[in-house]
Amino acid sequence: MTEALPLPKTASAARRRARRVLALTLAVGLGLPSALFGAVLVLSPLRHLAPPGLSPGSVFLFRALCLLLLAVVLVTFGAVISGMTVWWEMRVSSRMQSRVGYNRVGAAGFLQWVADAVKLILKEDLVPKDADAVLFRAAPYFVIVGFALTFVALPFGESLIAADLDVGIFYLLSVSALVVVGILVAGWSSNSKWSLFGGMRSAAQVISYEIPAGLAAMVPVLMAGTLSMQGIIRSQGAWPWQWILLTNPFALLAFLVFFVAQLAEGNRTPFDLPEAESELVAGYVSEYSAFRFAIFFLVEYGNLWVMSAVAVTLFLGGWQVPFAGPAAFEAARGVATLPGPLWWALEILSLLVFVAKTVLVMNLIIWVRWTLPRIRVDQMMSLCWKYLVPFAFAAFVGTLLWQILLARVPWVASLTGAVLTLGGAVTAYFFLRLTYRNIAAVGDRVDLSNW
Amino acid sequence: MERLILRRLSADGEEMILNFGPQHPSTHGVINFMVETDGEVIRKAIPEVGYLHRSIEKIGEKVGYPGFMPFTDRVDYVAAMFANEGYAIAVERLLKLEIPPRARWLRAISCELCRIASHLIAVGTMTMDIGAFTPMLHGVRERETVNDLIEALCGARLTYNYHRIGGVAFDLPEGWREKTLRFLDHFDRFLTEFDRLISFNEVYVKRLAGVAVIPAPLAIDYGLVGPNLRGSGVDFDLRRDLPYGAYPHFHFEVPVGKGFQGTTGDCFDRYYVRCLEMKESSKIVRQALDTLPEGEFMAKVPRRIKPEPGEALSRVESARGEMAYYVVSDGTENAWRVRARTGSFTAMGIVEAVSPGLMVADLVALIASLDVVAPEIDR
Repeated sequence: MTEALPLPKTASAARRRARRVLALTLAVGLGLPSALFGAVLVLSPLRHLAPPGLSPGSVFLFRALCLLLLAVVLVTFGAVISGMTVWWEMRVSSRMQSRVGYNRVGAAGFLQWVADAVKLILKEDLVPKDADAVLFRAAPYFVIVGFALTFVALPFGESLIAADLDVGIFYLLSVSALVVVGILVAGWSSNSKWSLFGGMRSAAQVISYEIPAGLAAMVPVLMAGTLSMQGIIRSQGAWPWQWILLTNPFALLAFLVFFVAQLAEGNRTPFDLPEAESELVAGYVSEYSAFRFAIFFLVEYGNLWVMSAVAVTLFLGGWQVPFAGPAAFEAARGVATLPGPLWWALEILSLLVFVAKTVLVMNLIIWVRWTLPRIRVDQMMSLCWKYLVPFAFAAFVGTLLWQILLARVPWVASLTGAVLTLGGAVTAYFFLRLTYRNIAAVGDRVDLSNW
Repeated sequence: MERLILRRLSADGEEMILNFGPQHPSTHGVINFMVETDGEVIRKAIPEVGYLHRSIEKIGEKVGYPGFMPFTDRVDYVAAMFANEGYAIAVERLLKLEIPPRARWLRAISCELCRIASHLIAVGTMTMDIGAFTPMLHGVRERETVNDLIEALCGARLTYNYHRIGGVAFDLPEGWREKTLRFLDHFDRFLTEFDRLISFNEVYVKRLAGVAVIPAPLAIDYGLVGPNLRGSGVDFDLRRDLPYGAYPHFHFEVPVGKGFQGTTGDCFDRYYVRCLEMKESSKIVRQALDTLPEGEFMAKVPRRIKPEPGEALSRVESARGEMAYYVVSDGTENAWRVRARTGSFTAMGIVEAVSPGLMVADLVALIASLDVVAPEIDR
């Protein structure tokens, strides 16, 4: 995009251009999600509305239209989120690897994902001669459907959720399993040995890791007493010692299991076996090109956001804003048809809290990806069945006992919360100190100047 | 060739034949491995070489003695300095030419820097083949500095063409010594960081320890050389055991694999021997810079090189092990025969012996740990 502009002749012209680029980037980066969030906020109540003076048939049509629009918005939202995730991952990884990273399109290369998407859409859409053409074409749909459906029940803020399903987390785990169907179909229909390896690895991996992930996800459910995503968040507080992660030692264990299992389900290093570049060329996407490849790519990075958001929801207190309990939200909303400005401010605050936490978890996943090597297939399986599944069971049973025996005593949760938070803070301190020493030992220094 | 290999593989329903290459991200060039697999387990893997054959030895018979020097760069473009050196020494032996001490020292300095560059690529691509991308780029970042130094020395970053028959092309530029010492100070710390980052990473060790073990007798039988041979626990290094050039004047250890994390001769040993060798190379460069003699860097060489009829052999310890040049002269301006013996070619042979029972991911680790460079296999 910046390339298309004529080259500036003077320094002031260059500054002006840089300002223009920055403004454009900010407009897209903030405007696009805001518009989509606004659409969700407006459309969600509208579809329950029955405008007066309409026949039942028209009301049905009106609601169907609202739903359709909402669906389009959600799919678009998934694509935008995954694009921004790509940018974030590339910026973080380039800093880890002493490279510059994205810096061409938009300020700090923020709009690179738009350019990439346009490039991929314009490319030739190739179906190999010997591929199973129907399945080959169908596979991306499975993948994108499994991905887009997760956004229905994914919370972003106090009221920012398309549909707060009663079976929220259960629904999320189920629809995200659709992705593996797509991957398996892609691997098989490509009629390439590398794709087949990738598809088979993926099937073995994702199905195995669903079990510890599901069991670990049961721990917050047991503690909150609900499957609903918003319900789980509402059962937690805003401060770290009120999070599920830190009120119960078994939840800490469950979080670790859940985190590892989510890495595996999202095909992230050290579990990126299905597309292991150095082994399987590109795994199940070997034969894909153009828009179909873009879809696989989009889903992979979008899933990075989804799994971080789910982890934040289940264990890290979601969007809970400090000093703003449910009563504050209630009071700010008022009784009018449209909520007051304070309510909107609180909504945005809760959104920011949620996004900040999710980006932190995402950062953790990105660090892991760009640090660790890949494990082998047999190691992947034994890690799942020999370690994660027993640990998940232990966390599950432990939580049951915890809830029955200890959770009734009012001060226990506060005590463990305080102790574990303190432990976490001490660990973080030692971790940072070690990092600083490691950096100093090589004669480097922490440099954040050219971000 | 392909048919000959296919005849030795069986795919009777249970097994599948997999063409691992020639265009594959981790074959390190254009090599093909025909792999018979049962699921992910390899029954047999047979390397098919020859995709990068460029008749370099034949060219050596056609272009005259000094003219062949740039072609030797292309034998192993990751460590071109050694090919330069091997050929130069062979022709000097043919000419019975004594080269000045400063030239010998400069050769050692340039070669050891080149060894560092080559090993950085070797360990870097190895970590990348195992799936970690960052250590590879850190290695490449350090290699860039080495390339800068070598560029300041001879004007080229990859195909150096620095050594000459009778010495080296250029003397050290102004300020080069200080720059190099500063780099080495940084580099020693970098190696510690690299070890922290990846070498002893639990996942990484688990992937390599005990994988694709080559016992010492097997390594000797198959003619493995250099770090691959030393990784199997055989204590043999031409720089120490059959010294040439300036090497008798330097003190350095020869790192030998001893099962650092598992069995002697596994992938990790071959990997870690290279890491240790970089430290030794850094030591050698320091010593060479400290004791660098004054004087000429080029011997008096006749304008037209016409050796007496005869033959000469040179053996140098390249980054990929022993590199031997055999040059036969018939008294004319062109060599009658030039033969280059390279480490990667023999390393290819052992893949078939070691591969049965490995998984596909282990084959990648094995190829990476052998540090083969495709043009060196085929020449």
